[in-house]
Amino acid sequence: MNADVSGNDDPRSAWFYVVPALLWTMAFFVVPFAFMAATSFASLVRRKITYTWDLGNYLEFFDKPYLLKGLFVSLEITLAVTFISVVLAYPLAWIIAERVPKRLQRAVLILAILPFWTSYVVRSYSWLLLFSSNGVINNALMGSGIISEPLQLASTTSATIIGFVHFFVMLLTLTIYSNLVQLSPNYKRAAMDLGANTFQTFWHVILPLTLPGIMVGAFLTFVLCIGDYITPQILGGNNELVLPQIIMLQLGRRADIPAAASMSIILMLVVTAVYLLCLRWLKMERT
Amino acid sequence: MLRHRLLSLFSWTYLIAMFGFILLPVAVLVLFSFQDGTLPIPPFNGFTLKWYAEVFADQKLMAALQNSLSVAFGSSLLACLLGFFAAYGLSRYRLPASALQRVLLMAPMTVSYLIIALGLLVVFNWSGIRLSLWTVGIGHVVINLPLCFAIIYASMGDHQKNTERAARDLGANGFQVLYLITAPMLMPSILAAFFLSLTFSWDEFIISFLLSRFDVTLPVEIWSLLRSGLNPKTNAIGSLVFLLSMILLLVLETLVFRRRSKP
Repeated sequence: MNADVSGNDDPRSAWFYVVPALLWTMAFFVVPFAFMAATSFASLVRRKITYTWDLGNYLEFFDKPYLLKGLFVSLEITLAVTFISVVLAYPLAWIIAERVPKRLQRAVLILAILPFWTSYVVRSYSWLLLFSSNGVINNALMGSGIISEPLQLASTTSATIIGFVHFFVMLLTLTIYSNLVQLSPNYKRAAMDLGANTFQTFWHVILPLTLPGIMVGAFLTFVLCIGDYITPQILGGNNELVLPQIIMLQLGRRADIPAAASMSIILMLVVTAVYLLCLRWLKMERT
Repeated sequence: MLRHRLLSLFSWTYLIAMFGFILLPVAVLVLFSFQDGTLPIPPFNGFTLKWYAEVFADQKLMAALQNSLSVAFGSSLLACLLGFFAAYGLSRYRLPASALQRVLLMAPMTVSYLIIALGLLVVFNWSGIRLSLWTVGIGHVVINLPLCFAIIYASMGDHQKNTERAARDLGANGFQVLYLITAPMLMPSILAAFFLSLTFSWDEFIISFLLSRFDVTLPVEIWSLLRSGLNPKTNAIGSLVFLLSMILLLVLETLVFRRRSKP
């Protein structure tokens, strides 16, 4: 990929190809990011952003329990979602890869990730149809006489978690499936020849081999889940706010961009920390 | 043998249960978009197309649909173009600090959309640029450029390089090589990048929400519909969005992946 094409073209003209994309990224990503980082050290004086260059916003975040709680709620929900999604998606991916006939696999997989292609906002709304007090689930439970009063399903943390799990099970099934089918069938054959049963083969051979793939999928789930605003806002209601909801609250009601900027930076630092942890853990696994 | 059968039974039960979980919300969404009544909840009263008629009669929704399509097509086209040029420059020439350039181009992928939107909001506020569909489009190019660059860069192999060299020997200039040789050869991955960008931009909410003011995209308009609670009209527009995405997916499947799988 590094040797240049010999010919009559001036190598300096290479810049002509690369510079537009670089300029775009500089102007609309790097510069805005720097601005945002700078704004996180500013404060709102009479509704105008004033660059005071202090840690006020950060200190306030760790000082006010309801702000800090948002971070913990976010972490709690995200960890639960990541764990449940992996546990549910792995068997599904395995069954599709191992039990479903080869020629049907593609169709079954497409069906399994069909709702992936509805709009993100609409998907959360669909769960609301099931969860509302007179919705599908309460209706079915009351109709069959299991409960007499409708359950409070919408506007709960569980609703947020179920909505998230629904989305990430699809994503993880896709990534884990592609991991499983890439494995050479010889691993399985060798294990079976050496006397391992189906479970032993899976536990000692297949699972460890797909672990790096699972980690990548789990990390992706973590990142997308902890930064999401839509699902908790639609399904979780207003009692247990996650960090992105609090950030949007700063922007909406008070137009407090500095506070929102500082919280976004904190959110980003948390994701970076988790990334470094994952990296370390993966390295330890390999050695 | 019994164990084997038990495992098989468990597998199929699990498969069906998970399919129920995955498909149930969409099934309910589509079913109650035909509800003959004012609430999209059981019991199902009967079949009507009235809510679809209302969607098509809703000027704001139709305007939002149009906005979404223009932003998606415009931003994907630009992202593809910028990504293609950058991929060509970086894979065909030896440039100083090329690793750093690649990292820079990929960097927006590692940052959440909320942060990208906030950064742009701060800059637009500061420089007095008014929020519009253009600012939304700028945001969408930022998130899709790394994707387009990565996809196209990954498919630029030595195979095309020899053909490009041959074209040069025969007297083609740089631009002619790009236009007549490289772009056609890479068309499958360029199309894949384009359609993937299209779906991302089409469904993107937070950047569109924060960077638009009067003209909004479809997800933002649907978002404001949600404030009125459960409504079969929301089901109808949701089902339509689903249908459009399926068509897009089908186009992607037949145009790009089918062609690629052939030798």
